[in-house]
Amino acid sequence: MAESEHSYHPGRREYIQIGVILTVLTAIEVGLFYADPPPAVAIPVLLALTALKFILVVFWFMHLRFDTPLFRRLFFTGGILATIIYGIVAATFYFGGA
Amino acid sequence: MTVDVHSPESTADHGHHTSLGISNTKLAMWCFIGSECLFFGALISAYLIYINERADGPGAELFDIEFTSASTFILLMSSLSMVLALAGIQAGDMRRFRIWIVATGLMGSVFLAGQIYEFTVFLSEGANVTVSPFWSAFFLLTGFHGVHVAFGILMLIAAWASSLTGRLRMENAETIENLGLYWHFVDVVWILLFTLVYLIPALGGGGS
Amino acid sequence: MTTLAERPSASRSRSPFRRPLAETGLGSWFTTVDHKRIGILYFVSAMVFFVIGGVEALLIRLQLATPDGQVLTIDQYNQIFTMHGLTMVFFAVMPLGSAFFNYLLPLMIGARDVAFPRLNAFSYWVFLAAGLFIYSSVLLGGMPDGGWFGYAPLSLVGGDPLGYTIGDATTTQTIAGNTVAEGQRMVFYSLGLQIAGIASLASAVNFIVTILNMRAPGMTLMRMPVFVWMILIVSFLMLFAMPVIGVALWELMMDTSFGANFFDPAQGGDPVLWQHMFWLFGHPEVYILILPAFGIVSEILPVFSRKPLFGYTAIVFSGIAIGFIGWGVWAHHMFAVGLGPVANSAFGLSTMFIAVPTGIKIFNWIGTMWDGRLRLTTPMLFSIGLVAMFTIGGLSGVTHAVVPHNWQQTDTYYVVAHFHYVLFGGAIFGLMAGAYYWYPKATGRLMNERLGKAHFWIQLVGFNLTFAPHHILGLNGMPRRVATYEDGYGWNFWNLVSTVGAFVIALGVLVFIINLVISYKRGAEAGPDPWDARTVEWLTTSPPPPHNWDQVPNIRARDELWQRKYPTQGQREQVRVPAGGSGELEGDVAPGTTAPTEGTTGATQSPYTISDPGYDKGVRHDVHMPSPSYYPLIAAFGLPIAAYGVIFDQPAGFVFYAVGALLVLGGLFGWVLEPPTDPSAEVAHQ
Repeated sequence: MAESEHSYHPGRREYIQIGVILTVLTAIEVGLFYADPPPAVAIPVLLALTALKFILVVFWFMHLRFDTPLFRRLFFTGGILATIIYGIVAATFYFGGA
Repeated sequence: MTVDVHSPESTADHGHHTSLGISNTKLAMWCFIGSECLFFGALISAYLIYINERADGPGAELFDIEFTSASTFILLMSSLSMVLALAGIQAGDMRRFRIWIVATGLMGSVFLAGQIYEFTVFLSEGANVTVSPFWSAFFLLTGFHGVHVAFGILMLIAAWASSLTGRLRMENAETIENLGLYWHFVDVVWILLFTLVYLIPALGGGGS
Repeated sequence: MTTLAERPSASRSRSPFRRPLAETGLGSWFTTVDHKRIGILYFVSAMVFFVIGGVEALLIRLQLATPDGQVLTIDQYNQIFTMHGLTMVFFAVMPLGSAFFNYLLPLMIGARDVAFPRLNAFSYWVFLAAGLFIYSSVLLGGMPDGGWFGYAPLSLVGGDPLGYTIGDATTTQTIAGNTVAEGQRMVFYSLGLQIAGIASLASAVNFIVTILNMRAPGMTLMRMPVFVWMILIVSFLMLFAMPVIGVALWELMMDTSFGANFFDPAQGGDPVLWQHMFWLFGHPEVYILILPAFGIVSEILPVFSRKPLFGYTAIVFSGIAIGFIGWGVWAHHMFAVGLGPVANSAFGLSTMFIAVPTGIKIFNWIGTMWDGRLRLTTPMLFSIGLVAMFTIGGLSGVTHAVVPHNWQQTDTYYVVAHFHYVLFGGAIFGLMAGAYYWYPKATGRLMNERLGKAHFWIQLVGFNLTFAPHHILGLNGMPRRVATYEDGYGWNFWNLVSTVGAFVIALGVLVFIINLVISYKRGAEAGPDPWDARTVEWLTTSPPPPHNWDQVPNIRARDELWQRKYPTQGQREQVRVPAGGSGELEGDVAPGTTAPTEGTTGATQSPYTISDPGYDKGVRHDVHMPSPSYYPLIAAFGLPIAAYGVIFDQPAGFVFYAVGALLVLGGLFGWVLEPPTDPSAEVAHQ
């Protein structure tokens, strides 16, 4: 186990706590959906909740918080690059002059 | 960047002898996951670009949010059981490892079965890849996610079987960690898809 | 990929095959996992594809030599020019780069092999399978004919170029008792490139891990040879660009084979999405093609100028800058699409920006040669050729960044001139320089200098004869991709010149191939360090043993080998000393060996070769190299077989799907269950 010297992994207790938080967040998402608020309110809130869940899984379950920063950089390079370039593509479709 | 002593006798995949002191396989897995971000990003952006291209066909009103919420929850919980399996093998408790790895595989299978069921419902209601760009993008995106889940289940089964034969032991916990990274990534993608693909369009389209 | 743990002592009887153990003989090439042999496989295969692509180019030029050319029909022309582009980009230049990566990467960073040797073999076989698959279309209704860029909706059109029926292929023909839907040509394109992409992705992961994690002691990132830096950058570009084209190709296949509507405007799809996806991949791909050549030249110029590389840090960081900015310029391929003034201006600016790091490299190379003691050997000539030709291509590239100017040039031969100056004048010249430079390392023999110089001058003249006229033709309005043109436009003369030039290039390539073949047996003995080189791959024997080094070198300097040969005394003077003669040298250096003859090709013994008897006094390790394996080959060839499932109608299609999936999964399972090093082979290396 190469990692044991220099990386801390959370234990069962923390994993279960995260699992509970994820459950609650999902419940809020679904609840929000059925409350049927105007999309201008609902969409930012839904995206925020999604981002929160994303971060919990990535940083705790995938140990990015505890592992070497290189892994974080690799993952976020991919994620951010994808967001930027596909964002620009989508923007040219919505605001393009064609 | 510091450099550890690089033992010349081995090209094996253990973190002890590598330049960065991290394991080759784990580094490779993170590279792969970084690459997958671009893969799913492309599929998601195609879906979002075509979200209103329904060509008089059905749209997001076909989505059954209750059903998808349930299967989303199940996939989320499979991530929890995956880390519990990892904690098990790291502690050397192979029995606990097997319980949780089987639980993970079962939950993944339930999710996959749910997706297949959902697809058949959509098909019966007249939605398929030929109907409109919206449905083309929907089926390709969620289909690829399903393929990833299916591949993960195969690997989970292989891990479980290997632990029974004794090939997979406490020393190989890192293999399970890498498998877990894959599984969590697939779960994280679904977290995004549930909101972007199901909730937001269904909100726009007036709910289920 | 996650692999199950592989315990060396695990039983090997589970495998259905006896483990291949032979490391010599014809059969061993199919199972080898040695990075050097895989590099050679890549080189030979890529050269074969290069010749095929070259013959296609000659056919194109014959057709266009005169107005109203009758050499090819329009249908044939479309297939040939598409396959020329595909072959050169995906099956010649990229794998030639891979050949050098594979052979040299472990040697340059002081490793014994890449991080995942079997994955490396898998990459090679997948690449070969993809090439064979895409060319098998010749027998199955015709080769792809929608251009290498595969623009929709042309890529959605059926086999008949005059029957522009957009949509799904419905007519069928019978081939070998099975029905094949017509209009499958671009399905070969989408699936073939998809498979090739898997190979690139696997290599990318492998090389990144190898570079980051397998360096010799002391080999810090900023001591790595520039070529290794370029491999790292190219690998990251492949890692992030391949999934983009992968998705685009799936979408194309869904459109052509399964009636989806991604790019079909008749159904609400948008062809511009394809263009975005293709160029999102396509522009990083351009740097995937050129950066290996830049790396090669950055290795060769210092050696033959007898000076350190000028501005190492600047070259490395400009390479990284190219890697980043290369992601922000894709829409300059789409200025005429109508993205609007904001997008066009932004991408025009970013395209001009990317000329800056490229220019930095050019100046650094000139600075390296400046005031150096130049030796104009064949590799040096090709390197200087790259610097000159690429500069011309780079300058015409900057003119494309000016949007109004670009509108004038779009889809004319001016563009063809530009990208051949950067990809032939740049990438191919660089790769050929590398071939001459490292051939002695791989074979132990030098290539013939006289033939090499003849090759260089023939190719330089032929190249400029072929492609310089394209500038004029383009500015005179000759559209690219046309199968023929009419008399009276003033294009006749330059087209004829270009065709003559193409045959001159062909002559040059023929000389090159003859040189490759005859030097293998008859070349002068090279010895470990024939060029008086600077980097550690010249430290080991030529060719290196399977395990590269008995003892991995300790790296203390950027030009490690040079520092060992010429320890610095004072600021500028370097005094050549016999090996080990300096009391400062420690570690793996053994005393009492002879110095190589300076700068000649006759040096037979580097002072630090692993055959050095001095090593016996040091610590020797038993080296366990990974054993050969059948599984990468099996898994790789499952992919094209599964791909035929899309081509053939049911039920034959299902059989292909099933057999292909079985091979892939079976290959992967066998791979995972098999230990990397066979227990019975552990005593093989002492």
